[in-house]
Amino acid sequence: MAAVAETTTTVRPERRRPSFGRVVAWTVMIAIVLITLVPFYWILRTALSSNPGLNAQPADPLPVDLTLGGFERALGLQSAEEAVAQGGAGGGLKFWRYLLNSVLVSTLITACQIFFSAMAAYAFARLRWRGRDTVFALFLAGLMVPTIFTLLPNFVLIKELGLVDNLLGIALPTMFMTPFAVFFLRQFFMNIPKEVEEAALLDGAGKVRIFFRVLLPMASTPVMTLAVLTYITSWNDYFWPLMVSYSDSSRVLTVALAIFRAQTPQSGIDWSGLMAATLIAALPMIVLFGFFARRIVSSISFTGLK
Amino acid sequence: MTVASSSPPSRLPLGAAEAVAPVKKAKSRPGGDGALAALFIAPAMLGFLVFLLWPTLRGIWLSFTDFNLLTPAEWVGLDNYVRMVNDPIFWNSLWVTVEYVVLNIGVQTVAALAIAVLLQRLTQSSVLRGIVLAPYLMSNVVAGIVWLWILDTQLGIGNEIIAGLGADRIPFLADETWAIPTIAMINVWRHVGYTALLLFAGLMAIPNDMYEAAKVDGAGEWRMFWRITMPLLRPVLAVVLIMTVIGSFQVFDTVAVTTDGGPANATNVLQLYIYDSAFGRFQFGYASAMSVALLVVLSAITILQYRLTRAGQTDLG
Repeated sequence: MAAVAETTTTVRPERRRPSFGRVVAWTVMIAIVLITLVPFYWILRTALSSNPGLNAQPADPLPVDLTLGGFERALGLQSAEEAVAQGGAGGGLKFWRYLLNSVLVSTLITACQIFFSAMAAYAFARLRWRGRDTVFALFLAGLMVPTIFTLLPNFVLIKELGLVDNLLGIALPTMFMTPFAVFFLRQFFMNIPKEVEEAALLDGAGKVRIFFRVLLPMASTPVMTLAVLTYITSWNDYFWPLMVSYSDSSRVLTVALAIFRAQTPQSGIDWSGLMAATLIAALPMIVLFGFFARRIVSSISFTGLK
Repeated sequence: MTVASSSPPSRLPLGAAEAVAPVKKAKSRPGGDGALAALFIAPAMLGFLVFLLWPTLRGIWLSFTDFNLLTPAEWVGLDNYVRMVNDPIFWNSLWVTVEYVVLNIGVQTVAALAIAVLLQRLTQSSVLRGIVLAPYLMSNVVAGIVWLWILDTQLGIGNEIIAGLGADRIPFLADETWAIPTIAMINVWRHVGYTALLLFAGLMAIPNDMYEAAKVDGAGEWRMFWRITMPLLRPVLAVVLIMTVIGSFQVFDTVAVTTDGGPANATNVLQLYIYDSAFGRFQFGYASAMSVALLVVLSAITILQYRLTRAGQTDLG
């Protein structure tokens, strides 16, 4: 559409198109891209440098004394003496354990939350039952309650359930639904034409079957978008896992990373190790996003808006 | 995706469809899906009741008690609230949080709007949109640590550049006046792309021929922005604003990782103080009272914003 508009204007004898304003606009756009991306490069550059090298040449655009030492420390591959010698902390970091914990928690939350929310969304959008609008209004009101508010009482509850320091305890509060997910999917189900359902009913399919075989597959794009966003959100969550987990057995990457940061000596922070750990913690989401980027970016229009 | 590909293929001839139709009508008597609906909604309902409604009510109740997790909660009436009103650190936290929110939202909204408009008017490249969203993939913890490094007084590239330009190095996160603005900017960096994409989605709903018509009338980009883009985007902008304000009031991770409330409480945002009261000093009742205060503030802001921005109405129709 825009491309068409562009060509028509250039065909016309309107010579102001590559104007001053456009140059400024592109300059701003490039500046935005740089501000966005340079920190990513800086993480990589620092992670591949050695700590003494960073001290000597803080502004060198390339890695100083190219080394994988930072990554080895972050992954817990170095012995304590070796780590201290290279400017790191001696404390061991069970990186793979935290990674596994993050994967387990995020997968559990995403799979269950999306599935249960989709079921509820279907019931709100396509089934007819008494009190439907009232119950939905109640769910919507839940959207207004800020997460911080429920965190303390939820912690008390999880403690009473004996699930503190347990992966299930981290997942449980968001595992069944979020008002947002229900709202988001309901919106999609509402827009599917009635004929679709009727055609399947004629074929003798029950409503349960219609949901699983017709409507859910049709919703694959919004479900995918929501799933990736939910995965990113639960992967990046820090406050709740920090409250609930106390030991390595349930520690997720975000919490481990904050601890790694707190451990490094205040005088002479292990920047190389810290940036390596940072990169490793962020990498899975970058890869995930890489796979789904186009879809997400084009269907994010759904998110949060009516 | 078409229906045919995802449902069992229809074997009925066209005429038969009408013949079967009355049977279907008889099946869906009023309220007929009740049992099935109950089944479908059960898991979500369980989650809603147990982890949303119940904690909300319990949080309000806990705020009237003295509770330290170890012994049963003891009713103390309004004690926690009286203490809160007289607690200078609470007021400081609230003030610091407001300062953060104003800075964060102000800069973020303007920047996101600029990015969205540039994406709409300049190019619709989905690669650019992907790049803009990239920081959103990082956690607040990661973003906090990265900027802590970039802004480090001695070795950070940010300060190296400042020093290279001949200015004094700035202790961004260690200075009382700089700390909150710096944290606000870090979070703008992480979230602005997401906000921009939401606004971009709103912009896509504006028919392109409006811009074409305006162009024929000789309007420039600046004029079109104020006469077309802004009025038509207003409802979307209002909703996005409400969402981001609520979100940014809950700042915690970035602060916890970068300054941990310091220097001298300068960045002790409300959430941090609540967390510290609960888990640092085991005053769950007091922490709950402050949570209630936050809830009240947020609700008031939401309602006010909704009214002021007429979020529910559109200018399009």
